Amino acid sequence: MSTSPQRSAVPPAAYPDAKGRFGTFGGRYVPETLVAALDRLQQGVERHLHSADFQAEFRQELATWVGRPTALTRAGTLSRRWGAEVWLKREDLAHTGAHKINNAIGQTLLAKRLGAKRIIAETGAGQHGVASAAAAARLGMPCVVYMGAIDVERQAPNVGRMKLMGATVVPVTSGDQTLRAAIDEALRDWVSDPNGTYYSLGSAVGPHPYPYLVRELQSVIGQEARAQMLERAGGLPDVAVACVGGGSNAIGLFHPFLADDGVRLLGIEAGGRGPGLGDNAASLTFGTPGVLQGSYTLILQDAFGQVRETHSVSAGLDYSGVGPEHAYLHTSGRVTYESATDEEALDALTECAECEGILPAIETAHAFAGARRFARAHPGARILIGCSGRGDKDMPILQRTVLAERS
Amino acid sequence: MAASDSIGAAIRAANAAGRPALVGFMTAGFPTRERFRADLAAVASACDVVEIGVPFSDPMADGTTIQRASFAALANGVTLPWILEELRAAGRSSAPVLLMSYLNPLLAYGLERLPRDAAAAGVSGFIVPDLPNEESAELDAALAGAGLALVQMVTPVTPPERLERLCRSARGFVYAVTMTGTTGKSTEVPDDVLAYMDRVRGAAAVPVCAGFGIRSREQVRRFAPHVDGVVVGSALVEALERGDDVRAFLGSLR
Repeated sequence: MSTSPQRSAVPPAAYPDAKGRFGTFGGRYVPETLVAALDRLQQGVERHLHSADFQAEFRQELATWVGRPTALTRAGTLSRRWGAEVWLKREDLAHTGAHKINNAIGQTLLAKRLGAKRIIAETGAGQHGVASAAAAARLGMPCVVYMGAIDVERQAPNVGRMKLMGATVVPVTSGDQTLRAAIDEALRDWVSDPNGTYYSLGSAVGPHPYPYLVRELQSVIGQEARAQMLERAGGLPDVAVACVGGGSNAIGLFHPFLADDGVRLLGIEAGGRGPGLGDNAASLTFGTPGVLQGSYTLILQDAFGQVRETHSVSAGLDYSGVGPEHAYLHTSGRVTYESATDEEALDALTECAECEGILPAIETAHAFAGARRFARAHPGARILIGCSGRGDKDMPILQRTVLAERS
Repeated sequence: MAASDSIGAAIRAANAAGRPALVGFMTAGFPTRERFRADLAAVASACDVVEIGVPFSDPMADGTTIQRASFAALANGVTLPWILEELRAAGRSSAPVLLMSYLNPLLAYGLERLPRDAAAAGVSGFIVPDLPNEESAELDAALAGAGLALVQMVTPVTPPERLERLCRSARGFVYAVTMTGTTGKSTEVPDDVLAYMDRVRGAAAVPVCAGFGIRSREQVRRFAPHVDGVVVGSALVEALERGDDVRAFLGSLR
């Protein structure tokens, strides 16, 4: 019976281990100044995250402030065009416009319980920055957001939203001036005040316990989607597809399906301009093992271990590393990772907008591009796409690219 | 004497002469690759231990000066193989040499080759700022096999029991970070920092050197009775960048 699908015997909850390892990946590579702070965070996670009290508060905020559960939408036109059965998990309908809010409100609730005085966050596309600013405002805490100077320019609408919600936005002009530099700068801030500051990391990356914490908070996406598919579609999808930058929406969608042997999982990275080093942000497809920003994972680096700048039209995927659990799922073969180029993503974005009346974020459009490719290779497949965010924030880029070509 | 023991011996020799040891930090290949060996010789002649920074693309523990030096050195084409080749060519330094490197360039070089090649280049030990004790067993064992030290850092927010454990197992010297924050921010030296240095020295079997933000004679004098040496980093990098007489600058600190 399709509503009782085959579940794998290996419980994915067994990862990470006590040292934050997903297989060989993960761990905690940070300056000594942060070790005690991460130990406290880990103790806080163990004490609160799965407690009935915390979960009740978290679920209440998700239901009454974030707007969960988010809808599962049957994409009728895309289904006909692609010759598939296409379903969209609508994280773009969550408050502030993307899945990032699930993690931001969860971590800010945790920060309050741990007695933190202020929240800091990094942001790439600005979505985690906006979500952090919103969560901090909601819970009455000051918030500082570090954002690469290039991203401040290309995601200007989100900078204004953060400021309106009372956050201080600090443009980062060092390093690559995008997400990686923003994380470095947030870590420097945290090193300066490890006791009073809570670092709300926005993706499933960084030192243990962040990859685990973010996965647990984002797994609401896959938990809801799995139940909604069983109820609405009458069975699990043949494949679940999500875009992967650091990988928080993807791990949130995938994790509740890991034990479902019949569900293929497909992560789509940013293929940028092509396969050359520096032309993309596809760490799983093109990267090699190394340590970046606290975690042993797959990273885009040169032969001397220098982390290379990346390129993607999408600020939210423009990152040289990836969450360690994805590196593990990639090497174990449970999840397949591919990439979609800038051009493919923008093409998928306009197709979705025209066919479904949904303007996805450029990040999200990578998942649509990957799903379309899967549909062509697997006619009739039932496809679940993680529609991770909406594209309103991308209007400046879309004006310069897609819309400029039409005028 | 194992190379790792030469570090403590150099610090103790300075103490025996009635002064705190001076550990001078410079970023390899900054401001230029051409000047590296000459700068190294000048720093080594005025310091008891030299710490050479291997540039890295993501220097998360460093403040603006060393970040800038690191990015400029990378733009100059500085790599770990180049640094080891330069050190080999420079011959025996008048002061023991440590390499300060984030972990990833060491992993890329290969932990099998690194200890032997570093020892052959005259390196006495390593400082790896993003490698906490819990993750350091593999590198520590590899370096120890070649007689090299892995220097342990402790900080004012390291909990007491952990601090004692880290100090007990330290080799070379204990690098006692003076404050929370990144390198280079000059600060007053409050009494509680001196009390923390006393605790570190009480727990450590090897010498203790204070570092981060030390750039004046007044600071060195405040620290001197409480530590065995001081690390001068950003201030020395800035002096090298300006082309100042580094012997005169370092001499002015003590």
